[in-house]
Amino acid sequence: MGIIDIKNLHKVYTDTKIPVKAVNGIDLSFQEGEFTAIVGPSGSGKTTFLNMVGGLDTPTEGEIIIDGTNISHLKSRQLIDYRLNHIGFVFQAYNLIPVLTAIENVAFIMQLQGKSKKVRNKRAKELLDAVGIGDKINNRPGDLSGGQQQRVSVARALASKPKFILADEPTANLDSKSTSDLLDMMLKMNKESKITFIFSTHDQRVMDKARRIITIDDGLVVKDEKVDK
Amino acid sequence: MDTIIKIAWRDLWRNKKRTFITMGSIMLAVFLAMFMRSMQIGSYNNMILAGVTEVGYLQVHDSGYWNNKSINKSFVYTKNLKKKIESVENVSNLIPRLESFALGSFGNQTKGIFLIGTNPEIEDQQTHLSRKIVKGRYLKKDDTGILLAEKLAKFLKADVNDTIVILGQGYQGVTAAGKYEVVGILKFLAQEQDNKMVYTSLSNAQNMISPYVPDILSSLSIMLDNPNKMVKTQAELQKTLGNNYEVITWRTVLSEMVQTIQGDNAGGIIMLLILYIVVGFGIFGTVLMMTLERRREFAVMVSVGMRRGKLSFVILIETLVIGFLGVICGIIISLPFLIYLHINPIPVSGEIADMMIQYNMVPAIPFSLQGYIFLNQGFTVLILALIASLYPIFIINRFKVLNALRG
Ligand SMILES: Nc1ncnc2c1ncn2[C@@H]1O[C@H](COP(=O)(O)OP(=O)(O)OP(=O)(O)O)[C@@H](O)[C@H]1O
Ligand SMILES: [Mg+2]
Repeated sequence: MGIIDIKNLHKVYTDTKIPVKAVNGIDLSFQEGEFTAIVGPSGSGKTTFLNMVGGLDTPTEGEIIIDGTNISHLKSRQLIDYRLNHIGFVFQAYNLIPVLTAIENVAFIMQLQGKSKKVRNKRAKELLDAVGIGDKINNRPGDLSGGQQQRVSVARALASKPKFILADEPTANLDSKSTSDLLDMMLKMNKESKITFIFSTHDQRVMDKARRIITIDDGLVVKDEKVDK
Repeated sequence: MDTIIKIAWRDLWRNKKRTFITMGSIMLAVFLAMFMRSMQIGSYNNMILAGVTEVGYLQVHDSGYWNNKSINKSFVYTKNLKKKIESVENVSNLIPRLESFALGSFGNQTKGIFLIGTNPEIEDQQTHLSRKIVKGRYLKKDDTGILLAEKLAKFLKADVNDTIVILGQGYQGVTAAGKYEVVGILKFLAQEQDNKMVYTSLSNAQNMISPYVPDILSSLSIMLDNPNKMVKTQAELQKTLGNNYEVITWRTVLSEMVQTIQGDNAGGIIMLLILYIVVGFGIFGTVLMMTLERRREFAVMVSVGMRRGKLSFVILIETLVIGFLGVICGIIISLPFLIYLHINPIPVSGEIADMMIQYNMVPAIPFSLQGYIFLNQGFTVLILALIASLYPIFIINRFKVLNALRG
C-alpha cells in the first residue's frame, strides 16, 4: 500500500464524435517521498491520468485510493475540499492569480484552509524563501519571469501541506536554465521535506533528474523503472 | 474572506475604462431618476398641500353623508361637539361649512348653483377666498349678502348690488328660499367652479336652509398639527364621536386628485423602469464579460481548492461595488442641483401660474428632498445589480473546470 493506489483505471471521453479511450487500465502505486516522472508520446494519456489522480476528472472505471480514501466516490464539493487539503498542483501555464502578489497567492491557499493571518503569512514567506524568490514576495505574477512564476506555483502547491504534488509538464514553458533551476529546487524540497512529486514531461533533462520513470503509451503503462542515484 | 474581497476589488480595476463606463451609466441614470422623481414628488406634494388647504386633512360629517350628499344628512354643530373634537390630540383648526345644491334666479335667468356657507374669517385665513374677488367686497361675519362666481353672474346677467333669488331643499323637508344681495364677484380659473359657486356666511346659509334647527353643518374640515399622524387622529376622532358621524381623510375627499397623481406617478415609474432596465443590461454585460474572461482563473481557483460558492461571492461583491459606487456618485452629483432647486424652485409663468395661485399653490416647480427618493434609487440599483449577477453566478456554479483550464 502506497500513498496513492490506482487500480484498473480507465477513461473514455464520450463527448467527442468517436469515443476516445485515453486511459485503458492503469494499475500503479506511489510511495511517500517519490520523485516520479511520467513520460510518453503526445496523446498517450499523461494529462488525462494526472487529472484523474488529482481529482479534477472522474474515471470511467477503476479506483484511485489516496491514503485509504477512494476519491472516485467523493461528491464534487468534497472533492474540492479534498484537493485543497491533500493535493498540490503545479500547472504548465503557472496559473497564478494575476491580481494577487506572490505572497498573497501562496497565503490564499492557507486562507481557504482557514489558517490565521499570522500563520499563513509566516509560512508563505518561508516557502517563497525556500523556492528561492524571497526577495520578490510583493511582486504580482505579471512582474515575474516564467521561472519565477513557476517557483511561486510550487510554493503555492506546498502551502497546504499536501500529501503529494502533481505537475503536468511544469517546465514546458521554461528555458533550459530555468528548467534545471526549478528541478533542483523541487528535488531539494523533495529531499528536505519528503514531499512526493509526480510530474509529466517530454524533456529529457527533466527525466534525468527523476528517480522513477513511468512510461505511458496508448493509455497503458508500458515501462516503470526506478533510477538509483 | 479578506483575500476574496481583495481579488474582487482588484479585478474590478483591471479594466478601468469598462468599470468606469458602467458606473457612469448608473450614475447618470440615478441622476436623471432623482431629478425626475424629486420634481414629480415635489409637485404632488404641492398639489396635495393646496388640496388639503381647501378640504382639510380630515372631514367630519353626519354618518353616510359622503356617499349620499343630502342636506338631510347635515349635523348639528353644538359647542359640546366642538369641544369634543378640539380635545382630540393633533387637531388644530376647524373649518365649518354648510353646502347645498340649489337654484339661483335673476330676472328671467335660472341656473343650478352650489351654495357654500362658511365662516368668512376662517375661510379667508385658510383658503384666501378674498383673493378671488374681482369686483365688490368680501363677506363679513354673519353677512347676509352673497358672492357669485363670475361665469355664473354673467349667465344670470347679475352684478354687484343685484338681488338674487335662491331656492332649494332645506333641512328636514322645509323649503329653503330667500333673496340675497350680491356683494362681490369671485373669479375661479376652473370652469366648473366658475359656473356654479356661490358663497355666503355660515349663519346666513344656516338661516336659509334650516330656519328651525340651528347650527347645522354638512362638513367640518379639520387641519392637523402633524399630518403624518393623520390616520391615527382619524381613528381617535371616529372613536370619540361614535357611529353617528363619519370621519374621512383628504384622500377620500380628493379621490380624483389622488387618482390623477397615481396615474402620473405610474407613468413616471414606468419611465424610470425603462431607464433602469437599460442600465441593468449594462451592468449585466459588464459582469458577464468579467466572469467569462476570468473563466480560466476561476478554474484554477477551483482546482486548487476554492469552493464555487466563494467564487460567486467574488462576482457578487464586484457587482454590488459597481452598483453602489454608481449610486453614491449619482446621488452626490445630483444633490447640489436638487438642493438648489429645492430652495429656489423653477418659477412658472402665464396661465399655469395663475391657475396655481388660484389653487393656493406657489407658482413654481418645487423639488422635493424627501429621503425616500434617494433610498429608492439606491435600492433599485442594488436589486438590479443582484439580478444582473444571477446569470454570471449560475455560470460560475456550472462551468467545467478542465475545459476552462485548457481554454
Ligand atoms: N477533453 C477531451 N475530450 C476528448 N478527448 C480528449 C480530451 N482530452 C484528451 N483527449 C484525448 O485523449 C488522449 C490523451 O490525451 P492527453 O491530453 O491525456 O495526452 P497527453 O499524454 O497529455 O499528451 P501531451 O503530451 O500532448 O500533453 C488524446 O487522444 C486526446 O486527444
Ligand atoms: Mg498533456
